[in-house]
Amino acid sequence: MDFGSINPVILLASLMVASTPILLAALGEMVTEKSGVLNLGVEGMMIFGAVCGFIAAVESQSPAIGFLVAAIGGAALSMLFGVLTQIFLTTQVPAGLALTLFGTGLASLLGQNYQGISPPRMPEMHIPLLKDIPFLGPILFEHDAIVYLSILAVFAVWAFLKFTRAGLVLRAVGENHAAAHALGYKVKLVRFAAIGFGGAMAGLGGAYISLVRVPQWTDGITAGIGWIALAIVVFASWKAGRILIGAYLFGGITVLQLNLQAAGAKVPVELLSMSPFLATILVLVVISARRHGASNAPAMLGRIFHTS
Amino acid sequence: MTALLKLEGLTREYPGVRANDDVSFSIGAGEVHALLGENGAGKSTLVKMIYGLEKPDAGRMELRGEPYAPVNPQAARAAGVAMVFQHFSLFEALTVAENVALGMENPPKMGELAKSIRDVSETYGLPLDPDRIVGDLSAGERQRVEIIRCLLQDPKLLIMDEPTSVLTPQEVEILFKTLRKLQSEGTSILYISHKLEEIRALCDGATILRLGKVVGECDPKTTTARDMAEMMVGQTLHVPTREAGEAGEVLLKVENLSMASSNPFGTTLKNVSLTLRAGEILGVGGVAGNGQDELLSVLSGEAKTAKGSVTFLGADISNLGPNARRKIGVLAAPEERLGHAAAPNMSLTENAVLTATIRKKLSKNNFVNWRAAEGFAKDVISTFDVRTPGPASAARSLSGGNLQKFVIGREVMQDPKVLVVNQPTWGVDASAAAAIRQALMDLAAQGAGLIVISQDLDELMEISDHFAALNEGRLTAPRPALGLTVDEIGLMMGGAHDMEVADV
Repeated sequence: MDFGSINPVILLASLMVASTPILLAALGEMVTEKSGVLNLGVEGMMIFGAVCGFIAAVESQSPAIGFLVAAIGGAALSMLFGVLTQIFLTTQVPAGLALTLFGTGLASLLGQNYQGISPPRMPEMHIPLLKDIPFLGPILFEHDAIVYLSILAVFAVWAFLKFTRAGLVLRAVGENHAAAHALGYKVKLVRFAAIGFGGAMAGLGGAYISLVRVPQWTDGITAGIGWIALAIVVFASWKAGRILIGAYLFGGITVLQLNLQAAGAKVPVELLSMSPFLATILVLVVISARRHGASNAPAMLGRIFHTS
Repeated sequence: MTALLKLEGLTREYPGVRANDDVSFSIGAGEVHALLGENGAGKSTLVKMIYGLEKPDAGRMELRGEPYAPVNPQAARAAGVAMVFQHFSLFEALTVAENVALGMENPPKMGELAKSIRDVSETYGLPLDPDRIVGDLSAGERQRVEIIRCLLQDPKLLIMDEPTSVLTPQEVEILFKTLRKLQSEGTSILYISHKLEEIRALCDGATILRLGKVVGECDPKTTTARDMAEMMVGQTLHVPTREAGEAGEVLLKVENLSMASSNPFGTTLKNVSLTLRAGEILGVGGVAGNGQDELLSVLSGEAKTAKGSVTFLGADISNLGPNARRKIGVLAAPEERLGHAAAPNMSLTENAVLTATIRKKLSKNNFVNWRAAEGFAKDVISTFDVRTPGPASAARSLSGGNLQKFVIGREVMQDPKVLVVNQPTWGVDASAAAAIRQALMDLAAQGAGLIVISQDLDELMEISDHFAALNEGRLTAPRPALGLTVDEIGLMMGGAHDMEVADV
C-alpha cells in the first residue's frame, strides 16, 4: 500500500469538513431524543435543508443566507412531524419514516431546475495567529464558519443540557413525561422546541453537503448521512462528546478510504466503502458497552404522551 | 381553628363521568385533614384541582380568605401548596438534587441546593444524598425526595396522596413523626389514604367522598375504622372467610435461586428459597421494588434460571417458559394490568385466549376456537362480576378494578395447581377486593398452592398461612402468619432502612 501520496495535513483537514454534516445532524437529533421524541426523519430534513439552502444561496448569491434558509427549512419540515406526533398522537416511527420519504421527494421536485449549477463559495475563516501553529494550524484553523460553529455547538449542547434549567426540564420531559406534566411543565411545548432544533440542525447539516462538501445539487445528495447520524446518537449513548468522536471517526475513515481508493490501494473497493460504517459502529459499541451505557436512552423515547 | 383552605361547591365533569359533584369542605391551619374514599370516588380529581392540574367546572376555593384559583402547579406552589404524589413524580435517570430542583420555582445553584437538601433532610430525620441517581434509591428513599422537595418550599398546605403504600411499618411511624412535627410548626396537611387505622392515628378531621360527592365528615379519633369503611363503600362490608385446610404435599420448591434483573434499575434476587404445599397460601410482603417483579418472573417462567432452582412436584422446571408451565398447572398473574397481565387494545376474549388457550383447549392445530374462547371469557365475566358491556370490549376500556377481576379470574378459572399473583387487589374497591381474596382462598381450599405477592399487609395477614418478606432481593424464611405482630413484620421487611426519628 502506498501511503506516500496521502498528505496527512490535507487528510485531517478534510476529515473535519467531511464530518461536519453528520455532527450537526446528530447533535440536533440527540436533543430531540433527549426530550423523548424519536424522529427518524433526519435524512428527509437534511435533504430538504440541502435543497432549500442551495436554492437560497444561488438566488441570493450569499452562502450565509443559504444556511439560514436551510435551518428554517429543516425546522419547518420537522414541525410537520411535530404536529403529527404531538397533536395527532401518531406513532413516531412511521411518522419519521414518512418524513424522510416526503422530504426526499419534495427536495427532488424543488431542485429540478438547479442541477448542474455551482453555488456561491463559502468564504474560509482563517483564525489569525492560531493558523500559524505548525501542522495543527492548517488542520484546525483554516476552515469555514460552519465547521467552527459545529464544534461550538457540541459544547453549547453539552452545557445547555448539563447546567441550565431549560436543559434540565428537557431531560426531565424525556425521562418521565407524566411526572413532568404533574409538576406543571409543558411537555408538548418542550418537545416541539426540541423537534424544531433537531430539524434546524439537520437542515444546516444538509446545506453543508450541498453548499460546501460537494458543492452542487443532485438528487439523493445526502446519501444516507441522516441514517448514520441517527445511529451515532444511539451508539454515543446520548452524550454530546461521544457524538463528536463518532462523527469525526466516521468522517475520518470516509476520507481515508477515499484517499486509499485514489491511491490505488490493493483492497477491494467494497471493503473500503463499508469500512467507515464498520469502524464507527464497532468503536461506539465498545464505548457504550458499560453499565448504563446502552440503556442510557431517555426512558420516554418514542412514547406517546396523552394528557390526563 | 381558622380555615386555611376552603372549598365550596367544586364540580368537575369528564365525558360521561361527574368526577366531583358539589364538593365542599375546609381545612384548618395546622390541621391534618383526611380525604377518604374508594378508588374512583374522585379524590385524585379533587387534589388535582387544588394543585392546579385541573380546573373546576363550577365552584370556588379560598386560601387564607383570598380567592384561590391556580392556573397551573407553579401558581399553586407559589401560593404555598405542595404535593407528594402517589405514583412518584420522580425522574429515575436524574440525581436527587436535579429532581428537587425540578419541583421548585426558583431553585438556587446546585451547590447551595445540595447543602439545603442535606440540612432539611437531617432536621426531619430523612437522610438523603443529593448526588445519588434516583433510579438507584429504594421506594422509601424516593418518597423522602418528594417530601424534601415539598419541604424546601416552606409549604402552608402539604397534600399527600397515599404516602404510606410503599413504606414498612417502621418507616410509616417515622413519616408520622415528621408530619406531626410539620403540623406543630403550623403546616396543614391534606392526607389521602384508604388505610383507616393510619387516619385514626394521625388525622384531626376527615371528609369522606363517594362517587364524587361528600357523603360525610367525621372525627377519625372517635369513629371506628369499620364505620368509616362503611361510609366509604355505602354498604355493609363482607369479610372473606376461609376454612383452614390441611397442608398437603410439596408442590413448588425454589432453592438457592439468584438472578440478576433484566431491568437496569431492577433488583437482583439473592439466594431465594421457598416451599409451597398444596392448599397453602404463602403471602410475600415487602416494600415495592425489593424484587417482587423479579420473583414473579422467575415463578411464571418469563425468566429462566439455573438448573434445579425451581422444581414442581419434584421435576425441574427452571428451564420451562410460561406456556410449558401453564401446561403443567403453574400459572401466574403479574401486577401491571395494562401491558403485562393484559394486552390493552385487544378484546377480553382475545386476552382470555392469550393465557388460557393451553389449559382450556381454546385452539386446535393452531386455529383458535373463537366460540369456546368467547364462552370462557363470558364465564370469567359472570363468575367474577366483571362490569363490562361484553367479551368483545377492549381491555383498556375497563376500569382498573374490573380489569383486575378479569385477569385474576382468568387464571383462577383455569384450575391451576400453583397460582402466583402479584398485587391482586391493587387499585380495586373494597368489595371487589374482598371478592378476589375470597376466590383466592377458595382456590387454596380446593387444594391449589398460592403465592400472593402484595404490599397490602392487612390483605396478606387476612389470607396467608405463611408470611415471608422480600428485602433487597432476599426472601426471609416463611413464618406462620397467625400471631405475627406488626413489629415483627416490619423487621422482616427490613426495618426502617436507616431512617431516624426527627430530633428537633
